[in-house]
Amino acid sequence: MSVRQDDLAEAARKPLRRAWVIRGSGRWLSSLAWGSALPVAFLLLWQWLGDQELISPLLFPTPLVILESFGWLWNTGMLAENFGASLYRMAAGFGLGGGLGLLLGLFVGLSRGMEKLLDSTVQMVRMVPHISVTFLFVLWFGIGDTSKIMLIAKGCFFPLYIYTFLGIRNTDRKLFEVTRVLAYSRFKQIVRLVLPASVPNIVVGVRLSLAVAWGSLVVAEMMGASSGLGFLMMDARAMSDTPTVFVGIALFTVLGVITDVIVLLVERRLLAWRDS
Amino acid sequence: MSTSSSLLNIQGLDKSFQTEQQSVQALRQIELDVKEGEFVTVIGPSGCGKSTLLRIIAGLDTGYEGSVKLGGQPITGPGIDKGFIFQEPRLFPWLTVEKNIAADLSLRDKDVRRRVDELIELVKLKGFEQAYPKALSGGMAQRVAIARALLRNPRILLLDEPFGALDAFTRAHMQEVLLDIWERNGTTMILVTHDIDEAVFLGNRIIILKPRPGEIRGRVTVDLPYPRKKSSAGFQEFRYKVLNEFERIDELAFGEAGAGI
Ligand SMILES: Nc1ncnc2c1ncn2[C@@H]1O[C@H](COP(=O)(O)OP(=O)(O)O)[C@@H](O)[C@H]1O
Ligand SMILES: [Mg+2]
Repeated sequence: MSVRQDDLAEAARKPLRRAWVIRGSGRWLSSLAWGSALPVAFLLLWQWLGDQELISPLLFPTPLVILESFGWLWNTGMLAENFGASLYRMAAGFGLGGGLGLLLGLFVGLSRGMEKLLDSTVQMVRMVPHISVTFLFVLWFGIGDTSKIMLIAKGCFFPLYIYTFLGIRNTDRKLFEVTRVLAYSRFKQIVRLVLPASVPNIVVGVRLSLAVAWGSLVVAEMMGASSGLGFLMMDARAMSDTPTVFVGIALFTVLGVITDVIVLLVERRLLAWRDS
Repeated sequence: MSTSSSLLNIQGLDKSFQTEQQSVQALRQIELDVKEGEFVTVIGPSGCGKSTLLRIIAGLDTGYEGSVKLGGQPITGPGIDKGFIFQEPRLFPWLTVEKNIAADLSLRDKDVRRRVDELIELVKLKGFEQAYPKALSGGMAQRVAIARALLRNPRILLLDEPFGALDAFTRAHMQEVLLDIWERNGTTMILVTHDIDEAVFLGNRIIILKPRPGEIRGRVTVDLPYPRKKSSAGFQEFRYKVLNEFERIDELAFGEAGAGI
């Protein structure tokens, strides 16, 4: 008797869940269709204008020509090589600069002494315009990976430093009192209150750092490089190979989207507890 | 309910706050003795030093004169033997209900797990173990805070206007939940309020404070059996008794108390 009831309950639940999944994916598909309607229309118009020879093939190669150039870069392996080089620089620069920013932000945020010693110096260095040191970095570190990684690292450092510091200092005093009442040790106060309370700010710092990393990568590779997406574009420009320039732009965009999606996923996972 | 030995003893307590321009005397010559298992309510208009008194007992505030002893020992700082419920629930927003209750204790510990489950039952939050504070109503969140304090087996539970921010119906419900907990666990409680009905409904004893400087103005022992009915003649009698004490306090202070908040 009870078994039958369980079965009934199970049976009642199953179609319900399936219906929900179908409806869920349907909604997702429909929003994708709506969202891509305009870009697709734009590409079709662009292709048609090119076919009718209404726009210059040198300045505006048609989407199909660009795709063809993409295919060629793909097949020769040039694409993977240069995209990989760019990705590596961005990851290394972000890891180095962002990691240091996070660490130093934690130290300075947790200790008034460290703040007195370091903060004014960091704030001063922050005021040095980012682009202005690009040339210097190339002089110091050459046109290889190092100069790019250092420039990206320098850019990534400050947002993470500042937002980690802010997150720590903005920890709710009222919750601090709760940890006193619950007799937390100083170590537990840091690990179980200050750090989790800083996560929302740190995530903002990560997002800003990635945006800076991406911008720095473009600048650094266009100033002088022997590999990477920026190099590919500069090289193509020198040979008036506009389709390849477009491929470079598209790939830079893809890189930006990828980093944004990663941040979004991490945020959704880490900050599920937040209001709205 | 069995009142036996003295748990909390306060003698000649003076507390003043130093601000840039002046010095405010928040408490003057407070004498109070609370016995094991008692439920004491403290009532008075805002600014009369209720929170200050509770914070001193909790060990959150140590700059005072006089003697404050818990179980014969001077209070030197906060600790889990003194549970504290603030007016706001003050939950950790990134922890679920059960993790908020456990706080720094691990739910993987079998003993902690069992006690947390019991407390969730006691504060009537079954089914909400995995919810985040953002999904809770004010009353539910305050019940989580109470469970968090009770998990540590405090010798005394200090509640600072714990239901002040709740609507009348939720407040009445919470008062019943709290009485239920007190009757089951026998935890000694001191609850601060500015609601006369709440003070009479919950307390064995009511301490009436007056402001500027904060002094004890009256003490009323409420020898009504629990559960109490707010509409009963006995309840009304004690209500008037407390009101009468208030009328001895000067017009201004009474005006503030009458305003409710
Ligand atoms: N940290 C503080 N600094 C200065 N004055 C304070 C402080 N805390 C409380 N007071 C003063 O002490 C008096 C009592 O305050 P409080 O205990 O909060 O009253 P209640 O809780 O009864 O409303 C008030 O006059 C208040 O202004
Ligand atoms: Mg108060």
